[in-house]
Parts: sequence; structure tokens; C-alpha cells
Amino acid sequence: MAGVNTFEVLSPGILSTVQDLGRFGCARYGVAASGALDGFAVRVGNLLVGNVENAAVVETTLMGLRIKAVRDAVLAVTGGDLQARKGNEPLVLWRSLVVREGETISFSGPASGFRSYLAVAGGIHAATVMGSRSTNLASGFGGFQGRPLRKGDILAVEPVKDALRFAGRDLTPEWIPGYSTPWRLRVVWGPQDDHFSEEGKRTFVKTAFAVSPDSDRTGIRLKGPVVSRLPGMEESIISEGILSGAIQVPGDGQPIIILGETASGGYRKIATVISADLPLLGQIMPGDEVVFEAVSMDEAIQALREMEDRIDRFKRSLKERQAAL
Amino acid sequence: MVHATPVFRFMGDRSLLVELGEKISPDVNRCVQELMLQLQQARLPGVREFAPGYRSLLVVFDPLTLSPSELKERIMDVAARPGSAGRPQAKLLTVPVFYGGEYGPDLEGVAGHLGISTDEVIRLHTETMYRVYMIGFTPGYPYMGELPAALAVPRRSTPRTRVPKGSVGIAQRQTGIYSVESPGGWQIIGWTPIELFDPARRLPSLLEMGDGVKFEAVRKVEI
Repeated sequence: MAGVNTFEVLSPGILSTVQDLGRFGCARYGVAASGALDGFAVRVGNLLVGNVENAAVVETTLMGLRIKAVRDAVLAVTGGDLQARKGNEPLVLWRSLVVREGETISFSGPASGFRSYLAVAGGIHAATVMGSRSTNLASGFGGFQGRPLRKGDILAVEPVKDALRFAGRDLTPEWIPGYSTPWRLRVVWGPQDDHFSEEGKRTFVKTAFAVSPDSDRTGIRLKGPVVSRLPGMEESIISEGILSGAIQVPGDGQPIIILGETASGGYRKIATVISADLPLLGQIMPGDEVVFEAVSMDEAIQALREMEDRIDRFKRSLKERQAAL
Repeated sequence: MVHATPVFRFMGDRSLLVELGEKISPDVNRCVQELMLQLQQARLPGVREFAPGYRSLLVVFDPLTLSPSELKERIMDVAARPGSAGRPQAKLLTVPVFYGGEYGPDLEGVAGHLGISTDEVIRLHTETMYRVYMIGFTPGYPYMGELPAALAVPRRSTPRTRVPKGSVGIAQRQTGIYSVESPGGWQIIGWTPIELFDPARRLPSLLEMGDGVKFEAVRKVEI
């Protein structure tokens, strides 16, 4: 089905890409998941505008994105607060709203968080490549022509009937995530925590690591005291599969939190961020601080269950609301 | 070489590394491939994806559907079934390579490091049928081995920020082909025009784990 031209990119900002929740099932071909880095923001944003959770959205980083509606649409901005505006008016996050033909949406810079998501009723139109509409930046496929958005690009939206009925919905305020530094990230040890010294493991959980400016969509690079390996351990290991949230420690002892653009790696992973905290990774900005807290597997799964319960309850409340209208 | 029983290492709450051996070896890698096929056929509810490595299989799962301990038990059950999956059909591929010069900027340095001629490096690199141990690093990138011991060189001390697509590299006992332009630290000895990855193909990666690759030196045709 053809998309309906809906937005013109006036300025792409620092980095804006089309993403869904990621490309799964292709790791064996070396294809990473890509996908939105704050999956919670995307799921909620899509639900607010009446989409399935996995519809394609625009992910924008830090500042500078400006788009103009070339027809009426219903959208929601979620995730980091990059001081979005509709025209000159501040735009309320985590709420669906109508944008009229000719109006602009702009992002001037972070009040909190690092990445904002723009979900639109119907979902951004993009070809499905290997099961996903996400942009694979390393190989240049998926999303919008396999690349970041540029000035002049026209974004099409999947056709949707009577989109206006989705305007004015919002997320229960107490479920809106707080984004603030120092970030507390819960981790479970492993897969190779036994390759690190006791001192290295202590350093890992006791340090407020600084987020380095060379962090990007491939990983959050941290700076701090050296996280030491056991004596005699080589710098690298035999390459193996890897997922976002794994925290690898290369030879220099400075941890890197792997994000969604990597399918394999040859460094030791001391610990892995729990699923419930993965969405936060998309909101961590260079200059912020990160503190790791080790939890048990049971605690990690319980936290995930709570997050999924919240989303289920939110979905039910939207359904009830729609039925009442 | 192959572990008597798999070693399990959880990577977070949603994936499990199943290690089948300690070192790089064709036997261990075949076991990884076999386990992946068996698990694919078993279609365990809650198992989402597999990422095979040299000596391990990363199993991605949904911990709200399948608990970590259940997953381990299921994998042990499946692994205990004798060779039910059969062997997949492996491809054998000859890859044409332009060695040296602008195509292989590290060929001279590698020859110098090893104290042999560039022709000898080419001869050694082309004489072996390599096994594709895994696809990783970038889409379609084949990690292959084992290089003859006489060709073992360290990675470059400073990785390049840009290695052209199609570059053929070596490092330690491995050889690989850069499937897209990317940063890279391997010694680049040649270049091939073959397309390793095409997202529009049904099988996007030209090569898969278990395939065989032999390099063939070609000379540039002057037009």
C-alpha cells in the first residue's frame, strides 16, 4: 500500500532516522537489530496514536529536527524532552494531538533525555526489509532509503481511517519515565564476570562513570577507573553473538554499553543491563554519569514483568476510553 | 576439544550463551551449527533468535514465557538427542582476489613481517579451503579459518577508520572479507568484487556458517 505524503523535513537536526522496535532473526547473517533505542517511548507513542506498538516512528537525537505537516495528521512525541514545539507553542509530550497542514514541529534541545520519538497515526511509511522498517546505518538499508533524514525529504504515512479519533490521549503521568543523570542502571552479572578480578567487579559497581562524547548508536562509551581483568587474561575473546545492553570491557578497562547496531563482538562482557532498563539507554547523553547496580536474575525478570504489566494496563485503558466515546 | 556438557552463561535476562568448546576448531563449530538446527526444529515457545559464534550459540529468549532454568533444561534435552537435525548443505565458493598494490595496502608489510615474499603470502593464502565459522561484525562479513600458521600476523596496531567494501583481511589465524565499508583492524592484503550482502535477497548473506571458501588470485585486466 502506498503511503500518504504527510511531513516535509525542513531540517534533520543532529541525527534523525526512521525506526521501529528492531530487526530480529537475522543475527546469523551479521545483521544487528537496529531499532529505536528507547523502546518504551516508541511503544507508548504508537499506542497513543492508535498504532500497533511496532509501527515505524522518527527517532531524533539532541536537537534541530524541524518538520512541516503537508496535510493534517495526529501525532505524539514521547521519550526525551528536547523542548518540542508546535509552531511557537510548547508541545505536551506523551500525549496525542492534531497537527494541521502547514504547521511545523521543531525540537530545540534537551531539557531531559537525549532522544525524542515522533509517532504518527498510521505509522511512518517505509519498506519492510528483513522483517523490519528500522534503519541499518552501517549497511545503509531499511528505514528512509537506508539513511538518516535530510532537508527536503518527504515522509509518507500509512493510510489510516478517521485518525482524529486518536487525538487527545495521554499516558498516565506516574508512568512517564524520569530521565536524569546520574543514571542508575540495573545489571545482571555476566556472561564473563568470572574473567574479572574482585577489585575490577567492585570498581564496576562503585564508580560513577562519565559518558564519553564518542558515544553513538553503536555504544555508550564510559570513562572511569580501570575495570581490571584477572591476571593472565588476554584483551579479547573469541568472537560471539551480542545483544544491546551487554557491557563489554576492552583492553583499556573502560566499559562500553553495546546498543542495537552490533551483532557480534570479541571483548569480555562483565555484566548486562536488564531488559526493564534498556529503554533508558536511549536517553543517556555524553557528559552524563552512569552507576551500575547488580541485581539477581529474579529481580530483573520481575522488573520486566512490571513494565509489561504497565503497558498492558495502558492498552486496556485506551480500549476502554475508545469504547466509551 | 568439544565440551562434554555445554557451559551456560547468561547474557542479561533475555539471552543465554551456550558454549560448546574452549578453542576455535571445525568440530566445535559444527556442534554449534548442529545445536542451532536442532533448536530451530524444536521450536521452543519463548525462544526468539539464535546468533551462532565460533564456539558458542547465543539463544535469545523471552523470560516471561520461558524461565532461564527451563530454557537450560530444554537445551540440554535437545542437545542430548543424537544428531537428529542432519547436516545442512554447505556451499563451496571460489572468491577471486586482486592481491597487493592499492587493493591490498598491507601485503608488503605482512610479507616483511613474516620474512617471506609477497608471492609466498598469496600462495599460502590461496592454498587452503577455509571454513566460514560465523557471520558477524557487519552484515554478511565471514569470519574464516584457519589460516596457515606461516601466515599468522597480528592485527594492525592502529585500526583504520575506513576499510573499503570487498577488502580481504587477515589477522592471527583468521581471514575475512569486509562486506561493507567500515572501520577495521585486520591486515588488508587484497580486494574482491563479490557482493557478500544484499538485503533484497531471500538469503541476504552470500555465505553462511559452515560454507567453504577458497581464494583465487586474479590479475587486473587492462582495458
